Amino acid sequence: MSTIDISLIVNGENVQQTVEARKTLVDFLREDLGLTGSHVGCEHGVCGACTVRVDGEIVRGCLVLAVQCEDTIVETIEGVSDTGEIAALQDAFQRRNALQCGYCTPGILLTAQELLKSGSAKNRETIRQYMSGNYCRCTGYQAIIDAVEAVAQMHGSKP
Amino acid sequence: MKPRNFDYVRPKSLPEALAVLQRHGPDAKIIAGGQSLVPILNMRLASPSILVDIGALHELRGISVENGMLRIGALTRHAQAEHSPEIRRHAPLFAKAIPYIAHPAIRNRGTIGGSIALADPAAELPACLLALDGEVEIANIKGTHTVKAGDFFKDLYETALNPGDVLIAIRLPQAPKARVGFAELARRHGDYAMAGLAACQEDGKVRLAFFGVASTPIRAKHAEAAISKSIEQAVSALDRDLDPPDDLHSSGAVKKHLAKTLLRRIAGDLQ
Repeated sequence: MSTIDISLIVNGENVQQTVEARKTLVDFLREDLGLTGSHVGCEHGVCGACTVRVDGEIVRGCLVLAVQCEDTIVETIEGVSDTGEIAALQDAFQRRNALQCGYCTPGILLTAQELLKSGSAKNRETIRQYMSGNYCRCTGYQAIIDAVEAVAQMHGSKP
Repeated sequence: MKPRNFDYVRPKSLPEALAVLQRHGPDAKIIAGGQSLVPILNMRLASPSILVDIGALHELRGISVENGMLRIGALTRHAQAEHSPEIRRHAPLFAKAIPYIAHPAIRNRGTIGGSIALADPAAELPACLLALDGEVEIANIKGTHTVKAGDFFKDLYETALNPGDVLIAIRLPQAPKARVGFAELARRHGDYAMAGLAACQEDGKVRLAFFGVASTPIRAKHAEAAISKSIEQAVSALDRDLDPPDDLHSSGAVKKHLAKTLLRRIAGDLQ
């Protein structure tokens, strides 16, 4: 078993750990750090449930190895919830019933937030295309698009 | 945790990476963005004994124009390329194709070099490289050499890269007067194409590179020759150029039908 020492920042805290080389980022976050808000779905990059941020950009947590995150800044749904960054989005999701079981929601919120931050959530079609990499098996997507669109309009497309 | 056990190294320089790769030969796999390799590892379709992470090799970054060629460093991420003014200006075909590659979270990580080196037959960029008659820069312990796109893609996931080689950049000829077209059909936006077409016309010479319809990206040379006569003659000529195999999502006959539809859709963009 090959292990490697890594150090990185997770949700603002310095983390130093020894990890197996083959451990994915999402498994590291969930199993080693107890951050279970990032979910594990397909484990090959299709469903988007494991979406987290590395150095400010969303990535698939199942397609990045923890060892590749040496010296990076990782943010999870726990971190961005605590800072209040996505409060408007969370509120819109609640009001519009844009979630049922909630399994996909952390990944959906982080993806939607990146779109809103980029200022390019121009219309439903753009939102749909940006969100196309995140599966939801409950809502039928309409309510999710409604919620993201509502926040985009509220802030003139800026969060 | 799904992959088999492996060792991991992250060399700091290209010579160091080449030495490690030389030492481990075919047991080593190169990882860059990992967006195709990690699923392959997770599904245990590959079980290398060591991963060589080339992510820290600054020599492999950067986009520049040199000697009439646009040079794109292998570690350029899809998202960087998508927003690069140089690529929009000098390689508009790439700019058109990149938004079709997977999803934003994957484009944030996946690299241009990785996509070309893997040579997935249904991927966008290998076909674009072929349509633009680009070339690939390869380094190994002996030095660097260049391979034309037409000689690079050999067979299913098989390229001119050998164990010990690192793809360091791609080069695309500058063609300010070229007209380009791109289209693909997939079940869901961002999924691998059931069929796709990257095309370029320059001084009346047309290159049509189809993807998702053969074991490699493939030039449709009969259709290229016929397109100056009429679009429908070019469409018919595809019967001689393409013989797509069935796959999980569609039969070969459907793929050929889709290829013809794509050619009709973009033929106008090439004039």
